[in-house]
Amino acid sequence: MPLLTVRNLVKEFSRSRGWWGRPAVVRAVDSVSFAIEPGETFGLVGESGSGKTTTGRCILRLVEPTSGEVWFQDRDVLALSREELRRARRDMQIVFQDPYSSLNPRMRARTIVEEPLVIHELGTKAERRDRVAELFRLVGLDPAHLERYPHEFSGGQRQRIGLARALALDPSLIVADEPVSALDVSVQAQVINLLMDLQERLKLTYLFIAHDLRLVEHICSRVAVMYRGRILEMGETAALFRDPAHPYTRALLSAIPIPDPDAQTLRIDWNPEGVDLHAPLRQMAAGHWAAV
Amino acid sequence: MTGSSSALLEVQHLTTVFDVGGRALRAVDDVSFEVRKGETLGLVGESGSGKSMTAFSILRLVQPPGRLAGGRVLFQGRDLMTLPEREMRKVRGAGIALIFQEPMTALNPVFTVGDQIAEAMLVHGFATRAGARRRAVELLDAVRVAEPDRRVHDYPHQLSGGMRQRVLIAMALACRPSLVIADEPTTALDVTIQAQILDLLREMRAAFDLSMLLISHDLGIIAGSADRIAIMYAGRIVEQGPVREVYRSPAHPYTKALLASIPGVGTGKRLTAIEGTVPPLTELPRGCAFAPRCTEALPECRLEPPGSAAIGPDREVRCFVAIGRHRPADS
Repeated sequence: MPLLTVRNLVKEFSRSRGWWGRPAVVRAVDSVSFAIEPGETFGLVGESGSGKTTTGRCILRLVEPTSGEVWFQDRDVLALSREELRRARRDMQIVFQDPYSSLNPRMRARTIVEEPLVIHELGTKAERRDRVAELFRLVGLDPAHLERYPHEFSGGQRQRIGLARALALDPSLIVADEPVSALDVSVQAQVINLLMDLQERLKLTYLFIAHDLRLVEHICSRVAVMYRGRILEMGETAALFRDPAHPYTRALLSAIPIPDPDAQTLRIDWNPEGVDLHAPLRQMAAGHWAAV
Repeated sequence: MTGSSSALLEVQHLTTVFDVGGRALRAVDDVSFEVRKGETLGLVGESGSGKSMTAFSILRLVQPPGRLAGGRVLFQGRDLMTLPEREMRKVRGAGIALIFQEPMTALNPVFTVGDQIAEAMLVHGFATRAGARRRAVELLDAVRVAEPDRRVHDYPHQLSGGMRQRVLIAMALACRPSLVIADEPTTALDVTIQAQILDLLREMRAAFDLSMLLISHDLGIIAGSADRIAIMYAGRIVEQGPVREVYRSPAHPYTKALLASIPGVGTGKRLTAIEGTVPPLTELPRGCAFAPRCTEALPECRLEPPGSAAIGPDREVRCFVAIGRHRPADS
């Protein structure tokens, strides 16, 4: 059974159009469906406005979806009551993009990492103390720095604190929303390696949301390409990168800057005119789908 | 590497410090490079490496507590460091134009894009009011803005991020500069738009006979756009040379590690990470700033910073290990 199943997920935002105008409805997420198997890293890629971040938030109900289904194993996430949802979040956690704004600057690192344990009333004070130190070591931080505040850590270390907090409740799914895009290249590699190590040790499943295609190609086993709220193509990463079927995917892949001065780049321009963006996904090859 | 007759811009031993807490912190430390006529020099570094501060220093735009503490900047043979402020204002824009990272904040929201392109020309006495307006339309056309005679009346908020960056490029070209400094010109843009803007900058370089200093943290972007590159770390240029040679055979351990840390093909493999972090200016080590993170560091690397040495025609490196490897007889 997939760990996470998303079916026909829709999120509409309404935008006011002045005093007399009828509010405009924007479909940020438009009939998105996919499933993630346990232990997998599933990539959701797209440019700004593609709906990838909103999709991730709808799954955790940080944003309430307009319609559709989200199943976590055999639990219907959208049918959960507030109290049930709170308990379900032990299994599904999120790591945010910006390690500078996602940690409370007035809390010590210890309190930030311990907070989920306190909220869920897990363990005695002493047990929590041990668990926090263990989490700190798990993400490669020195427990001697537990009493420090976020500003005393570097960007990469802050992202590790965010990760330690997300891991506190021993989740099985982590939604990683652009987890390294605010970090320098040399630090990005450290955090990506850590994510891969943790996945192996803790049997984690990742929904990896990113705009950096080089990174997605490296870390994800499968990938879905989003554009204006819809998935236009989905498949095994290697197959999709080797043989993209949708013109948008082709354009996107051709735009990746290649770190080789001799690389031959044949740029494919993307022009949405004349492309049916509402075409249903068709199977191109085993496990490879495209809206063409 | 300096003193070549084809150099449009020669930066020699440029040093910019920040006076903080009674100390002079070196944000730009003994930086030397040149930009030759018609070429693009890529200046690469992580955040805090001093690459943007180098650009500000060249244009004398450093604000207190920062100050220029030494070195020369020769532009078309004149030393910009000693130029009267009135003359310097002419150089900014008309001689050297700067394209910023954030197209959102670099444009004034209350003026039309036409007004903003025209303003630079009027300030520098390049055109009359009517002539400036006509030229603004031409420039928008040159940077591939569709329907330029309509767009010229648009306000920045009516344009997409990519279009705003095109407007900024048009503004930069308005007074016919011979050097353009582009500071992370595509960082805020989506990858497909980024590719278009990089293509446009290459076209403009040829069409307007420009030289370019392209500043970026992304080795992928630099690979496709620069002729030569200079790598900065903690305020110093640690390596420079022709782009092909540096990518094919990087000499400095930092350059090697940076190139190795780029994610590539091979799903699931560990990336080569550089352990540790860039040291803050307040905690720079006594020797080579990279030594604490360097896997090849020698004892002497921790004692004093290495000087810059040639390791080939047009190639320089600031590293005891790389220099020793190049000249084993000297060690």
